[in-house]
Amino acid sequence: MQQVVSPEHLLFEARREQMFITGSEAVREAIKRANVDMAISYPITPQSESMHLVGDIYKEGYLREYFRGENEFAVMSAIAGAAMGGVRVFTATGGPGTLRAFEMFSTWAGARLPIVCAFMTRGVNSPLSIQPDTIEMAFMLDTGMIILHAENSQDLHDMLLKAYCVAEKTDVHIPVGVFADGFFVTHTREKVEVPPADLKLPPYNPYSAPVPAMDMENVPFRQMRDPFVMKSNYISYAAHASWQQEILAAAERSRKYLAKYLGGLVDVEYADAEVLVVASGTAVSVSREAIKLCAREGLRAGLVKVKSLRPFPAEEIKLVTRGAKAVIVPEFNRVGWLCREIKAVVEDNTKVVGGPRVFGGMTMPAGLIISEIRRCFA
Amino acid sequence: MTAFQYQVLAGPEGYLPPAAAMMGVELPDKGEALIEGQVVSDEEALHKIAEKLLGAENPFFFPGPLLLWAWRDGVEEKARAIKDLAETAGAKIIPMPDYRPKYPMINPDVEINPNHPNLTIWHNNIDACVFVGVHCHYANMALKIIRGGTDCYTIALCAEAGHEDAMISLRDAGLEKIKRLTTIVGDKKRQLAGREAICSR
Repeated sequence: MQQVVSPEHLLFEARREQMFITGSEAVREAIKRANVDMAISYPITPQSESMHLVGDIYKEGYLREYFRGENEFAVMSAIAGAAMGGVRVFTATGGPGTLRAFEMFSTWAGARLPIVCAFMTRGVNSPLSIQPDTIEMAFMLDTGMIILHAENSQDLHDMLLKAYCVAEKTDVHIPVGVFADGFFVTHTREKVEVPPADLKLPPYNPYSAPVPAMDMENVPFRQMRDPFVMKSNYISYAAHASWQQEILAAAERSRKYLAKYLGGLVDVEYADAEVLVVASGTAVSVSREAIKLCAREGLRAGLVKVKSLRPFPAEEIKLVTRGAKAVIVPEFNRVGWLCREIKAVVEDNTKVVGGPRVFGGMTMPAGLIISEIRRCFA
Repeated sequence: MTAFQYQVLAGPEGYLPPAAAMMGVELPDKGEALIEGQVVSDEEALHKIAEKLLGAENPFFFPGPLLLWAWRDGVEEKARAIKDLAETAGAKIIPMPDYRPKYPMINPDVEINPNHPNLTIWHNNIDACVFVGVHCHYANMALKIIRGGTDCYTIALCAEAGHEDAMISLRDAGLEKIKRLTTIVGDKKRQLAGREAICSR
């Protein structure tokens, strides 16, 4: 029997117990405490284990409903339907699964659905790879969802719980994707501190939603059967434009809640350093190690951990990089999507170093980042 | 974010006005409200709403489904309080019964729709309006369209977090706050009537 407590108590006040678990198990522990009504699963490596474990806690009575969909598009569609009906939902996917379901993520945001989805990232391009790669995040950035990137299993656990607290605010009420680097987080066992399992978040209140819990087939909210997008006139275009603006505004409003729950959109270590490394996900851990090793050589570099990619911490990064002579952006993908984001906000973007980058499942030795730091100090 | 202070003013603002939230306007905390993009106290906003309603030539209330459909306890009582407020302010009422797009078949004499609210405002020459009981997403969507294409002064009595896109926005506008607004409107109306009586002597 679980007791409903305030999000503040569950997240910040309750005495935590240390567990030695994988990222997938951290998902289980978060969802156990998230008071989720319904979870729908479809397997894909490296996500499969997490939703399997959510199935286990369904059997133990922590969720009201759980089933397996026919494929990722079906799962994301069914999750949308459940969320439209006014219940709290959870699902997870990754890599090709993310792309297979891709249309639904913009649909979730457009319909103001406070869905929380974990994305365990992996390679998506041919030749087939199941290995770690964050390329899918490049595609997800402009879906309208809030995008968080976990550095480790602790982040993944905490961000999932916090995601519900942000997503369900009336003035936000858009989906949150919590991304974790496949294998590096999902399959790695580490110490994670979790609140007591007999506590859970308050239930979702659909009466405070900015859109009605929707029966799409009947009045008064038969929006989908009379979509203005079908009409070719200025009135309809203006309605659609205003609707899209409101989705952007919703993400903008999430900043203050993310600041409250995540302690800011970025974490900064040694902000006054001449050389800064800006990273997200597990690239942060490698960067931290590289910075520590460089310090032994007398090279003092700083670290900016980007926790939220949407909304993007543009002002924070502009400010923190203002005094740096070089900004290094290490990434686990070939396109350098984070580097593009950083270059768009840094005042003098000629000082942004796009790399090192590894992909296709490669690990990133700290030495790669150390070489860049040395080069910037030379 | 922008370097200048964006003001949420009566339009017509143009072809596609921005969402005020994207221009740096932030929703107020509890006990506060917004007037034209600036955070003020609730009390200041209540008085400003009263002035705007009483100063308007053709004010209207647009009650939405959260007020028209008795799907929660307390809705009927709140609906009566809004009717009382509108009558005290001398405002007329046009409902927003649902959110289905109805262009071009809408009858602007009897209803307003969030997808094309400007049609009802133009048709009835409405110069001040009050959104109440409209789900926040649809209210914001409509408020931007109104700001873009009409000169109507918009007021939102929101039961939740408020609306940056209204010219005046209350948050947590429950029964007590609505009754307080009715009292202020009534007092100001009597003051105005008293002044007019003195002037006409």
